[in-house]
Amino acid sequence: MESVLGRYRNLTILVGVLFLQVLGLAVQVKRTDAENTRLIRIWAVGAVTPFERGLVWMQSSSRNLWHNYFYLRGVRAENRDLKAQIETMRLAEVRMSEDAAQAQRLQQILGFKEQYISKTVAAQVIGSSGSDLSRSVYIDKGSNDGVAADMAVITANGIVGKVLRVYASTSLVLMINDQTSGVGAMLEKSRLQGVLRGTPNGEVILERVMSDEQVTPGETVLSSGGDQIFPKGLPVGTVNKVSPGREMFLNIQIKPSADLNRLEEVLVVTQKQERDAVADALTPRVRAADILAQRLPSVPDKPAGAAASASGENAAGGAKAVAQAEGNARPSAKVPGPGDPAAVPKNAVPKPPGSPTANARAADSESSASNTVDGKTSGAKTSDPKATAVKASQGNATPGEASAKTSTPRSAATTRAPASQAPAPEDRPH
Amino acid sequence: MPITYTSGEQIEVYRFSIPVTIGVPLAALFLQAFVPRRLPFFSIFDLPLLVTIFFAMARRNPISGLFTGAAIGLAQDMLGAYPIGIYGIAKTIVGYLASSLGAKLDVENAGARFLVTLGFYLVHAAIYFTVARGMVSLTLNWSWSRGILAGLANGVLGVGLYFVLDKFKQRT
Repeated sequence: MESVLGRYRNLTILVGVLFLQVLGLAVQVKRTDAENTRLIRIWAVGAVTPFERGLVWMQSSSRNLWHNYFYLRGVRAENRDLKAQIETMRLAEVRMSEDAAQAQRLQQILGFKEQYISKTVAAQVIGSSGSDLSRSVYIDKGSNDGVAADMAVITANGIVGKVLRVYASTSLVLMINDQTSGVGAMLEKSRLQGVLRGTPNGEVILERVMSDEQVTPGETVLSSGGDQIFPKGLPVGTVNKVSPGREMFLNIQIKPSADLNRLEEVLVVTQKQERDAVADALTPRVRAADILAQRLPSVPDKPAGAAASASGENAAGGAKAVAQAEGNARPSAKVPGPGDPAAVPKNAVPKPPGSPTANARAADSESSASNTVDGKTSGAKTSDPKATAVKASQGNATPGEASAKTSTPRSAATTRAPASQAPAPEDRPH
Repeated sequence: MPITYTSGEQIEVYRFSIPVTIGVPLAALFLQAFVPRRLPFFSIFDLPLLVTIFFAMARRNPISGLFTGAAIGLAQDMLGAYPIGIYGIAKTIVGYLASSLGAKLDVENAGARFLVTLGFYLVHAAIYFTVARGMVSLTLNWSWSRGILAGLANGVLGVGLYFVLDKFKQRT
């Protein structure tokens, strides 16, 4: 026996070493928790990441030196462009805040829970796993910075992945294009839900969408929140290609929003907050008289100037005037029908002047009215509607100014509170 | 003729200093982890595999070769997201085969090195594929075109890298 082992010594050692590795691999596969290999992984990461961190630091320092001192050409023009962009975004924000407020009210009615990203930690990508088949990266933040396993990692463009392993000052992030990752996702328009997975080639596909559903290339994909890691509504990517897949499911190829091959800075979502949906004003109670008023035919529309002076008309006529004033700019702003959740007029129920609710609603009504009506139907003031809308959204519009622009009967009916009592928009309850 | 058969007495066996033995594999692992983030095409290369082949062929000792391959492969596994041992097993076998080949054949010229590297890259990929699918249940797709392309790229890089690493050789 000894002579045989001596004769095949090399082969015996090879078999022994291979056997030990296969045994170790089998143990790891059986035990899904990574704690059994944590120590040796720490050694390897500790040996490599300090060099990576140093190189990244040198790289960013030299880049900062170039950008902050030598490459300042064109900054003024860029600043001007950015200011213009801010103005445009403020205008968009006005419209979106209205939509958001409406959504919050509906969520409150339905008792929804909302999830917010309340705390993030910025991190820099310092390296990768070193394997072409494993799509994971190392970031320079670890448990010392509050990072923990299964935290979401995102960029401004979209989601990146989740934290797989955490060390003291570094973490391993498994990206969404790794074949072992899985993210709950949904299509933005059709709200179809599926599971986002990576492929061995590094592509991202959306699984579990039935083949009889209509999915078009270019459609945006968002996180669904079903995985309990990524908050709902974060951008994931866009549909790149749709083809029939296996077992009656579609094969939907996704182009990730975040450039996963060129990641530099990422955000780790270290804290999420779940709370009840809270609207900025209490949900108005609907009275039978109001519903009845909506169903009854209203009086013909008056000219804009006359409408501005008119007051005391019923809420239904006011709602119609607002709808006409808004025109087609806001598709959801139609004359609501009975039974439609959106049919509940925001300010349909007059409250006694001076009450907090009435005051809050008055301010809301004023800013809302100035956003949508000003310069179109009132005729009372023909200032630039965009500027007024921005002013109102910023809370700079004085109550008197906003009140003067409020021309619809609906607004007139609900904004009888003294102007001095109307709180600024930022003081409204959230 | 790139590959020449020589007797055991004619083959020179080399050794390396301890800093080179430790530093070169570490540098290969570091570059493999760092460079692809900046240059994505670099991920087609497998620097730890090239270093394994070089050390194994230069030492011409199967036991030394398999342990070198095992150590480098396991270190590569530790940096990744998958269970430790997939690269370890593949590089152990490559290290053993490369040193066994180095003990029998003189592979000092560029053409021989290119062919040997191409062959061992494919062997390494096949073992990795088998272990990853068979034991870890990873869904890998074997692609001959990609494998050969990557093998050729590694062969070209290997010839240049071996030329640089030859400077660290010490005769026994």
